[in-house]
Formats: sequence, structure tokens, C-alpha cells
Amino acid sequence: MNVPLAKAVGQPVSRVDGPRKVTGHARYAGEFDVPGMLHAALVLSTVPKGAVAAIDGEAARQVPGVHVLVTHENAPRLPYRRMAQRPQVDAQSGDQLQVFQGPEIHFNGQPVAVVVAETLEQAVHAASLVTVTYEEEEASTTFDIDRGKPPSSGNEKAGRPAETSMGDADAAFAAAPVKVEAIYTQPREHHNAIEPHVTIARWDGDVLTLYDKTQWVDNDRKEIAHVFGIPEESIRVVSPFVGGAFGSALRTWPHVTVAALAAKVAGRPVRVELTRRELYTSVGFRPHTVQRVALGAERDGTLTAIIQEAWGQTSAYEEYAEVTLDPARNTYACPNVRTRYRLIEMNTNSPCPMRGPGVATGLLAHETAMDELAVALGMDPVELRLRNYAEKDQHKDLPWSSKALRECYRIGAERFGWSGRQPEPRSMREDGQLIGFGMATAAYPAHRSEASAEATLFSDGTALIRSAASDMGPGTYTSITQVAADALGLPVEAVRFELGDTDMPFAPVHGGSITLASVGTAVEAACRVLLEDLSNVVRADPDGPFANLSADDLEWRDGGAVRRGGGELVTFETLLRGLRLDRIVGQGDSAPGDESKTYSSCAFGAVFAEVRVDPDLGTVRVHRIVGAYDIGRVVNPKTAHSQCIGGMVGAIGMALLEQAEWDERFGRVMNGNLAEYLVPVCADVRELDALFVESEDRIFNPLGVKGVAELGICGVAPAIGNAVYHATGRRIRDFPILPEKLL
Amino acid sequence: MVPFAYIAVATPEAAIRRTAEGRGAEYVAGGTDMVQLLQEGVRAPLELVDINGIAFDDVSIAIDGIRIGAMARLADVADDPAIRERVPVVSSALQESASPQVRNMATVGGNLLQRTRCLYFRDATTPCNRRVPGSGCPALEGQNRINAILGGSPRCIAAYPGDLAVALVAVDAEVLVAGPTGERTITVENLHRLPGDAPHLETVLEPGDLITAIWIPLAAAGRRSHYLKVRDRTTFEWALASAAVSLGMNGDTILEARVAVGGVATKPWRLRHVEEMLVDRRLDHALARAAGERAADGAEPRGRNAFKVTLLRRTVERALLQIGGLA
Ligand SMILES: Cc1cc2nc3c(=O)[nH]c(=O)nc-3n(C[C@H](O)[C@H](O)[C@H](O)COP(=O)(O)OP(=O)(O)OC[C@H]3O[C@@H](n4cnc5c(N)ncnc54)[C@H](O)[C@@H]3O)c2cc1C
Repeated sequence: MNVPLAKAVGQPVSRVDGPRKVTGHARYAGEFDVPGMLHAALVLSTVPKGAVAAIDGEAARQVPGVHVLVTHENAPRLPYRRMAQRPQVDAQSGDQLQVFQGPEIHFNGQPVAVVVAETLEQAVHAASLVTVTYEEEEASTTFDIDRGKPPSSGNEKAGRPAETSMGDADAAFAAAPVKVEAIYTQPREHHNAIEPHVTIARWDGDVLTLYDKTQWVDNDRKEIAHVFGIPEESIRVVSPFVGGAFGSALRTWPHVTVAALAAKVAGRPVRVELTRRELYTSVGFRPHTVQRVALGAERDGTLTAIIQEAWGQTSAYEEYAEVTLDPARNTYACPNVRTRYRLIEMNTNSPCPMRGPGVATGLLAHETAMDELAVALGMDPVELRLRNYAEKDQHKDLPWSSKALRECYRIGAERFGWSGRQPEPRSMREDGQLIGFGMATAAYPAHRSEASAEATLFSDGTALIRSAASDMGPGTYTSITQVAADALGLPVEAVRFELGDTDMPFAPVHGGSITLASVGTAVEAACRVLLEDLSNVVRADPDGPFANLSADDLEWRDGGAVRRGGGELVTFETLLRGLRLDRIVGQGDSAPGDESKTYSSCAFGAVFAEVRVDPDLGTVRVHRIVGAYDIGRVVNPKTAHSQCIGGMVGAIGMALLEQAEWDERFGRVMNGNLAEYLVPVCADVRELDALFVESEDRIFNPLGVKGVAELGICGVAPAIGNAVYHATGRRIRDFPILPEKLL
Repeated sequence: MVPFAYIAVATPEAAIRRTAEGRGAEYVAGGTDMVQLLQEGVRAPLELVDINGIAFDDVSIAIDGIRIGAMARLADVADDPAIRERVPVVSSALQESASPQVRNMATVGGNLLQRTRCLYFRDATTPCNRRVPGSGCPALEGQNRINAILGGSPRCIAAYPGDLAVALVAVDAEVLVAGPTGERTITVENLHRLPGDAPHLETVLEPGDLITAIWIPLAAAGRRSHYLKVRDRTTFEWALASAAVSLGMNGDTILEARVAVGGVATKPWRLRHVEEMLVDRRLDHALARAAGERAADGAEPRGRNAFKVTLLRRTVERALLQIGGLA
């Protein structure tokens, strides 16, 4: 009976929420059945700038089933209080879009009215009958780098500086014996998660409940509390499952306010679901970014100059900025580095983080430029990267808390068969197709935030863990269950993890790949507290099996306690029943310490890609990708592998397919649907593999983990682009690499 | 979406009666295109007449040809042994259309009549002469990567998106149409109109006309045939360019030729001048190249779709090489 339990952490545990998902029992925000619920349909502006001149809603109001039509003319004024400190998921300067508070139009697709009706069909029909006339003004709809402005102080403070300089990069570049210089373009890209954004809002008197698609229930509550000027305690946000988000559900978008406002006005619960096309204007996107990279090197490949400049797109009402230039500053060792960042205001909805925000974009240019440098030097691309290996974070001037990137290059190259690459472009062929091998470095900074959790052990020997975290797909339900199982000495099946509710202990944003390092450590702490409390109680119980033992004499394992040095295992059930307790609860918190000031933490990887290019038709297919990663301790190799190959799929899109087709005349994305905005389909995904090198980062956090999700998309698109160059001899710097660019 | 009545019918007569009355009734079959258009507010019929109950859904072989019921699903037709064997150009065009899910729902009749993917036609907030006659054509100077280089007019350059119709043109297929005044046949080649001054009139069908079947003459089914489709991603995308080739051969010599192309023209497009170049010639690399060179004659590229000129030439060349076993 007493077979010791194997540790759950490190095991490829299948998703604990998998059966619920595939059987349809996982309930997503839009699936809550709220009695009396009405449906909303939005009326969106069709001009990019100006003001609403008039709204004629008469016909809409006549539609059977319609309850209310809310516009800026009749909407209650909302206080839109400013937050003392903006959450990092919001734009750091400017003002968020205020719905129905005035006639101003900032972008094409801005909500100008909402119709609420008994059925969705009635609402949609009525919305189509609302006629809006506009006083149009001249809009800024061109991505014009001459209009680039330095980021304002809010973004400077948030680590998005206008200029940085180390050494004298311009002089070093001028003097460099080998150099490359080019412009790289990445278009506007959209998250396009399968689940659309949905909010259901219900008021019970002054108490508001929101069922919302969000990656951060606590902040969702805070935002809406500020918008409506009501206490946070009177709002509850529920979001147990998220059907993919990739960053689009980090912030609280205007439609959430629309739902709450419409429910208030209608006096009934209201559901707002955005259509696919509405998603292109209602939530954010990865901003169109143009970069100039100039690299200078000695003939042996030693970098002497890195200059990288980026122009990113932002909206006219908010200033969203990214860490696009971080990779230029700390991926390689180089004494002379200069960066410049500019933002271009456009009449568009605001951009927002999308998987690997800033970093994936910066690496796209930087790692392509590194490949160009390798070509100019006649050097192997891996060799060039090893030559310039960054032994420390030179921008922060801090040591890495851990870094096994050399190992990533080595085992990645080995698994991929990099040594079989003939360096000459167009030199490898099979079945009439050109074969190309390319590689790039991946890196994504590791962060953690304050988090709390609660652990409850029941007298039936099972445990419940709760934290207001989110799981948009990476496997948080599963990995946290594993962490808790080990911390309590229980099998995974005896532990349940609940998340996504503001009634639960605080959790930070489910973004930036920080969840495991933050919430995981809080869960571990909560379990520890629980066992300490239990230890105190059982040792204080004079009739119990462990009366008067010292804490050190008790060992917790295998679902119970045992006296150190021998003796019977007494199960949790027996202990709690003996104490006449039906449960015992532990609360735990965790927070980063000084390590973030004394170390720089980052997850790393080396990505290798093979493409096949049709020499006449220009079509590119990704034959295989191998990524070798240093993500710290691997809590679940199965979900970590899925995260990495999922990132690769996203990056195939970034490299070859994804682009918003923007029409400057309308200020509008024209291909706002999944038939014409192309993402990879199953047939585009062939062999993808992710390997993990031995690593454990106990400096960064007690669990030793770093973070996976964002890293998975980083470095992959440039590896594909570099492979296309190797296959064809054509360097495409304007992504995505469409067939016409290779004809 | 505008409210509409829904009625399911079981006979062609009932169907025709509803739509011929001119009360804004339209057919719906698999609904894979129609429902999108309703949801996006591109179309607003007052009544939808569901024709799935009409049992014209099989493939049958007669002595002089193959008949495909209009309500047959793309998946079933693609997998039909007779279609695969005799007109591989049709089965591969279907196999490479859409996704398995769509192919299970979509009918061949509906497929022929699917509407353009032009971004401005599909987004009801912008002008479009095809959607709202006289409102203008933003595609001429706009995001026109997927638009046509052949058969356009100053009013419209929307590409006809379908694959099946292109393959059918290459095998001389006809559609059988039942209408208020009786039955008639129309060649697939003549089913669609050029946009000209009236891009909103897409086909020669009249109100009430119901496609009941597709007819492929056996003479054409005796020829060798092949479909090549080029697209950005591996599958689940309409063609950037496609070529349907059907050749009557004697050894390596071409006796009869059909070359139709898709993704590049405002309707399924037959390249008669290319066909003429092929007849009585030996199919070899030089001929394929020469034919490809002429494939885009008369093209009017506009901005972002200019690449289709080169792509079309190479697609036709490649298709000929493949059918000749030379690629
Ligand atoms: C995501 C996606 C990808 C696709 N990719 C491709 C592709 O790669 N290649 C391709 O060719 N197609 C593609 N399609 C289009 C698809 O094949 C068509 O939507 C489908 O074939 C239409 O058939 P349906 O039965 O669903 O037609 P419906 O949507 O029901 O009807 C379409 C039109 O035809 C009319 N109609 C239908 N049947 C008849 C009839 N018997 N007589 C007269 N009128 C009729 C209807 O009134 C309507 O106007 C794709 C579709 C989707 C959604």
C-alpha cells in the first residue's frame, strides 16, 4: 500500500481540464446561462476621424424585441476615474477610449451605439437600421515614419526609451571592416484566438457581476470600478476558461464597459459578443513596425556596433509602446550599441501586446540582420552567435540568474542536423524544391509578480487550490495542480485547482509568461502554510498519533504524515477526522525579492528551421522546426512542449502569412475575417520539435522555473526567413514572405 | 442581418415557384457561403428557400456522360470513383477546395454560384459596385492582391474564386437549369458574366432558375486532365492562381486541348489562344514554356495583384509539365 508517490513536477501529466474541454463541460465566459439575459449588437463608426453629427435610431427602436438603444446622446455619464498607477497591460499614456461619452470619432470601427434586444438576431437587425451621419475630419491613416515621435515619459519609465546608447555605435559602425545595414518591416498582426471576446454583465442592485473573457480578472474588476466610479468590492469577475487570447484579453476593452453600461440602462443582464470582424477594431493587435538595423563586426565576427531603430504604430488617443529594442541591447555582447524608438500616431484602435510582444518583433529584425552579417562574413550563423555570446545582461549590467543558451545551440543543431547544411544558397534541392536551413536565437525576459493562493485540505484526503489566475491555454490548470500535489504530498488526482474569479486570492496578469513563477510559488507557499498549521494542530493534540513531537520530527509525504526515522504513515483523512476537522486552510503569498535588482532573468532558445521553396511559384512550406530551450525547471514536459510548438505555429504565420490589409482611405483593416487573414492550418504544420536543456533557476524563484509561452514564438520567424534566404539566395525583409516576393 | 422567412422545399417545382415570384426569395443549399453573406450584411433576402430536400444529390454515369446532381456535396463528388478516374481535374479541384468540414456541407450547385472574395465586396461598410450598384470600386486602387488581372472592367475587378467551375470549363461541362419556363442547359463557360458595366449581374441565370445538375460529356471525360492550384498556405485557401488542363493525346502529341484558369479572372477563364498553340504539337518542356508565356496575354495588373501575371504564366507551364509527366 505504501508505495511512495512519484513527484508530479517534471512529469508529462495530461491536461487536467482536457476531458472537460473535449466533452464541452468547460464553461467559457460566453456560455454562462444568466436568467433574463438580453443581447447586444454594436453600431460602429465607418469613418476614421471626426464626430457623430446625428444618429437616427427610430427604425431600430421599432424593431420587435428591442429594449434600448444607447448612444452618446442618452448614455449615463461615466466618471472614468484615472488609476493611481496604470497597470502594465494598459497603454502608458493618453486616455482610454470612453464609450458613448461624446461624439468624437478616433477610428473606423469605434462603437457609436449599442442596441439591446431579447434575441441576438433582433439586436443585430436593429443595429443595422441605425443611421449615423458624421462630420468627417482628415485622418492620419498612413504609416509615415517621418511623423514618428519619441515615446512620452510614461513609456520611458516603463522601459521603452526613445534613445539608448552605450559606447559610440555610429563611429564603430563607420569603422567596422564588415557591416550590414537594412530596413525590416513587420505588418500589423491580429491575435485571432478561436474564442471571440464575450462579456455578460449583470447588476444586482449596485453589485455587478461580469462573465468575461480575460487574462486578468483582478484588473478587469479594477478597471471597471474606475470607469463606473464604484468600489471594487461591488464587482465580481468570473472567467474560468479562456479559449486562447495571445494577449488580446490582457486589458479591459471598451466592449466590457458597453456590456455593463447597457445592462445598467436596460435593467437586465446583457451579453456582448464581438464578431470576428469586430475583433479587428475592438481589441488590440501587434503594431505595424519598421526597423532599421546596422551591424558592424571585425573580420573574425566579433560585433563592434549594433544600431537598431524602430518605428511602431500607435493610436491617436493612446500611446502604446513595446520593448522592441530590448533584443538589440542584450542578446549579444557588443561594446557599442545605440537604439532609437519612435511612435507613429494613427487613427486606429490601440495596439496591445501579442505573444512575445516587442521582443518577437525586435528579434525578427535583429536575428535576420545577424544572418546577413554571417553571410557577409562567410561564417556559420551558429558560430557567429557563439562568438558574440552575452555572458551577462550588458544593458542592465547584471549577471544572468541562469543561462544555458550555449547548450541550446549545441543540442538544437545536433538534433536538427545543422552540420548537413551546405552554406551556399540554392545549393540544396529535393524533388524540384529548393531546401533551406536557417536558425536564430530566441530569448524572452523572465519576470514574476506578487501573487496569492489558498490551499484547502479536506478530510477525504483531497485538496482544493484557488487563485484568481487564468489559463488561456498554456496548461496552468495542470502545472499548478502538479506543484500543489508535490507540495502537499498528494497524487495529482487528489488535487483540484480553481482559477479565474475575483472572489479568489489575488493573482497577477496571465501574460508575459509569468504565471508559473508567480502563482506557482504562491501555491507552494500556501501549501507550506497549510502543512505547518496542520503540523501544529496534530502535535498539540494529546490523543493524536503525533502528540508532543517537534515539527522537525514530522515528515509530510504520500498523502499524510510520518514520524521521521520510521513509523506508520498516518493519512490526512485519519488526521483530520481525529481532529474532528472537515478541512484545514492555508493562505500563501509570494513576491519577487531583490534578485530582480541583482540579476537579470531570461528564458533562451535556439531555433532551427528547414523550408522548401518552389523555385518557380514562390511558395514556401516549412518542412520542420527544431527548438532547443532553456526555460528553467520543466514542470510539465508535455504542456511545455505544446507551448513551444504552438509558438512555432504562430511564428509560421508571422513569417509567411499574417498581415492586416490596411486601406488608408478608410482607415480600416479590409481582410478582417479568417478566410482572408491567413494563419497556418494543420497542413502547414509538419514536423515541429522542442527540446529542453537541463536548467533550474533557483535564483529567480524557489520553483526554479522561468517561462515558456512568449519564448515559443520568439526567434522562429527569423529562423524561417533565414532558411528562405538559404534556399533561394533572396533576402526578404518585408514580412510576411509571400510567394510574390520570391517570383 | 435582416429577418427573413425560411421555407424548406422538396421538389424543384416548389423551389422555382417561390423564387420566381420576385418576392426576394433566394435558394440556400449547404449555406456555407450564403450564411456568411447574411451575417456580414452583404445580402438580405426576404425569404430563404432551403433546397436540401430535393434529392438531386448523386453522381450517375450515362453512355454519353456523367451527371452530378446539384445538391451533391463536394466531399462526395471528390471521392466518387467515376469522377476520380475519368475526370481527375474535377476531383482534385474539389479535393483542394475549402476544408473537409466545408466540403461535407457545401453543394456543387452552390459552389458554382459562390460570390467573390474581394475584400470590398465582403465588408459591407465600404463601397462596392457589385454589392451596391453605382457605389464605386475601391479595389481598383486598394487592397487588391486577390483580385483579377483578366476580365475586369473600370467598375469591378473582383476575381471569381471557385475551383470547381474552372475544372468544369476544361471538361466542356454544362449546367442543367430548371426555371419558370422549363429546362435548359448552359455551358459552365457561359454561366458567369463579365462585370462590364453591371458587375452586380454575376451569371446568366434568371429569377427562379434552379441548377439541377452538372453534365460532363464523355468525350471530354476521355481526355487526360489535371488541376494545379497555387496558394499562400498549403490548404484551406482560394487560389492565387490555378490551371485546369484537359488534353486529348496520341502518344506525346496533343490532339485536343482545354486550358482554363482560376483565381486570376473575373469569371472562370478559358485560354483559347493557348489551347490553339498546343493542338497538334508534342508536349515537351519547350511547348509548356511557350504556352505559359502566353497565358497572361491581355492581363491588366493593378498594384498588388501584379504578381499574378508571372504566377499565372508559371502555373500554366507547370500544369502542362505535370500532365505530361515532365515535372
Ligand atoms: C472557409 C471557406 C473556404 C473555402 N475555400 C474554397 C476553395 O478553396 N475553393 C472553392 O471553390 N470554394 C471554397 N469555398 C467556398 C465553398 O466551396 C462554397 O461556399 C460552397 O461550395 C457553396 O455551396 P453551398 O451549398 O454551401 O452554397 P450556399 O451557400 O447554400 O449557396 C451559395 C449560392 O448559391 C445559390 N444556390 C445554391 N444552390 C443552388 C442551386 N442548386 N441552384 C441555384 N442556385 C443555388 C444560393 O442561392 C447562393 O446564392 C470555401 C468556403 C469557405 C467557407
